[in-house]
Amino acid sequence: MFAVVREPIDPRTFEDAIRPGDGGAVKFFGVVRDRADDGRTVRGLSYEAFEPLATVEFERIAREARERFGDVALAIVHRIGEVCVGEISVAVVASAAHRAAAFDACRYAIDQLKHRAPIWKKERYADGSARWRENEPIS
Amino acid sequence: MKIRVLAFARLREILDAAETALELRAGSRVGDAWAALAEGCPALEEHRASTRVACNGTLVALDHALHDGDEIALLPPVGGG
Repeated sequence: MFAVVREPIDPRTFEDAIRPGDGGAVKFFGVVRDRADDGRTVRGLSYEAFEPLATVEFERIAREARERFGDVALAIVHRIGEVCVGEISVAVVASAAHRAAAFDACRYAIDQLKHRAPIWKKERYADGSARWRENEPIS
Repeated sequence: MKIRVLAFARLREILDAAETALELRAGSRVGDAWAALAEGCPALEEHRASTRVACNGTLVALDHALHDGDEIALLPPVGGG
């Protein structure tokens, strides 16, 4: 499943992403943190996406993960709109025959997503101010 | 020819529009579309180096030739996750 959604992401709804017969599944949830890197108190994040290209990019990342780590099934779901502190902004689930491929693919997918997917976030602070935040390039 | 321009995040705020229609000379390229937008909105210019452009859903270079009815999307540095 590759999707951009507006409704809250429920961490319990990814059971389908565990492929029958596989021996390992890794779930990653990105959650809105209460503090910015500079220590300011965060109230929430506003996300927007270029949706058609975002889902294409998710599929491309999954394809690359299979090339690198073998037969891995990935699900990638990103929420857009207003997301409050403590809520899930992104979910990545990787399912594979063995745990190493599942861990590797999950890590690869979230790192690549942050670097490449056409999704943007504005950090909203407790004092009412806000600013666009860009991700650091992957090192 | 007429094209559609989509702008996201800070570029949307700078242009004050998520979507704009742009009239261009026949034979125009993505760089010409950018120049036309920056002429009406000089604040855009400083973001040129950091902006990537998609035409009809595919990333393209500034010398990509445009056609009537094309849709270009202006993509600032991303921040998903």
